Amino acid sequence: MARYLIRELDKIKKKILSLGTLVEERVRMTTAAVDNRDASIAQKIIDTDWEIDEMEVDVEEECLKILALHQPVAVDLRFLVAAIKINNDLERIGDQAVNIAQRVMIISKQPEMNFVFDYAPMAEKAEAMLQMSLDALVNVDVDLAFKVITMDDEVDEMKTKAYDRIKTAIKENPQRVGYLINLLLISRHLERLADHTTNIAEEVIYLIEGEIVRHNNY
Amino acid sequence: MDPKAEKPKKAAMKPPEQQTEVPATVGEPFVEQPRMVCRDVNVYYGDKHAIREVSLDIGRNEVIAMIGPSGCGKSTFLRCLNRMNDTIDICRVTGTILLDDLNIYDKHVDVVPLRAQVGIVFQKPNPFPKSIYDNIAYGPRIHGLVRNKAETDEVVETSLIKAGLWEEVKDRLDNPGTGLSGGQQQRLCIARTIAVGPEVILMDEPCSALDPIATSKIEDLIDELRQQYTIVIVTHSMQQASRVSQRTAYFHLGDLIEVGKTPQIFTNPRHQLTQDYITGRFG
Repeated sequence: MARYLIRELDKIKKKILSLGTLVEERVRMTTAAVDNRDASIAQKIIDTDWEIDEMEVDVEEECLKILALHQPVAVDLRFLVAAIKINNDLERIGDQAVNIAQRVMIISKQPEMNFVFDYAPMAEKAEAMLQMSLDALVNVDVDLAFKVITMDDEVDEMKTKAYDRIKTAIKENPQRVGYLINLLLISRHLERLADHTTNIAEEVIYLIEGEIVRHNNY
Repeated sequence: MDPKAEKPKKAAMKPPEQQTEVPATVGEPFVEQPRMVCRDVNVYYGDKHAIREVSLDIGRNEVIAMIGPSGCGKSTFLRCLNRMNDTIDICRVTGTILLDDLNIYDKHVDVVPLRAQVGIVFQKPNPFPKSIYDNIAYGPRIHGLVRNKAETDEVVETSLIKAGLWEEVKDRLDNPGTGLSGGQQQRLCIARTIAVGPEVILMDEPCSALDPIATSKIEDLIDELRQQYTIVIVTHSMQQASRVSQRTAYFHLGDLIEVGKTPQIFTNPRHQLTQDYITGRFG
């Protein structure tokens, strides 16, 4: 029966990685949409979110089935718990991509304001964090997972900078408040997106080391 | 190069008869204020070294589960704890086993009262071919724990209550014990063990002959009994070990590989052998 369980766990791993690939693609699209204020890409992100939602439900059902039928323990149990949580985080990252796309849809209809805040580095960092957290999962790499966690602080700093810049811009351009609030929300969503990648990294550490590193100072 | 030289000789391919090095036990084999203390315990069946250098404390009011593949020595170790191995001629036990401060292998120790203090429940329910009442009363009588009928009645009733069997048998105490269902017979055996006032109860796969409902009742009972007694249980069911015990000890080829708190063993075992066994990678 152990062989059957191992096969089932492998299946889950493959499904999580397919979902991860799909979510990575969406985040890449999000970066492009933000960089180019591209409404058509944004619309595509919004229209295809159901694919991520369906895959998430499928993975969760599979995980619950294995828990009920095999009662896994030790590393298998940790893998399954991590899979359930990573699955959830991936779906939430998809949602943040949709949130950002919605903001892009709004700002793309309005005249552009130059030199408010360049989101490209922030979006690219969040994208890199997602890729690294998934690589850490695939390669069972604790060091890489810890690197993701430290990168989250950099994204937080970028969000603070965006806040300051946008606050100044609102003061200088009170007639563009609506536009600027949407820009601010993009930074908020990107920061949340990075938080979910951090969660994935933390789950990878739990899976490998058996220790919960959440809420720790590392 | 001589082509013959490439072929390893038959003798060289033969595995060594016995590992020479005893691995250090991983985890926490020792506890504060233990009920039983085992140090450097070795058991030999003739030439076979069945238990190697096992050191382990058994805590008060705890259920400790012994797990491991067949032939790993867990039952052999359990049987050392009340000198049941004395009944096997070729068996030799070395090392120290203390019950509180008593060295149970001291030559002055009488095994009859020892086995009342450290009772044992076996895999297959084995009630005496006597009435339910006499099954319980037999032990207290031969150990001189009761002086008259009233005292015997009381011991029978309290033991059956503690074993969770009283309500089911109180109206038919004169019926033969062997007429009960398997699960009831096993609880009768537990009641019989309790009747002589033990400190420690050893259980050697007590549920392996029982259905899931009877198993569940015994497991509930084990948890209740823990309030008063120390329980050492050998089980092949990992789920049972995880459900009933507070600490788990993993044995492998006569060595005590790992001991730890049960939640830790089943979520994050430290030793690879423990992990491989509990996840079904071997065994």
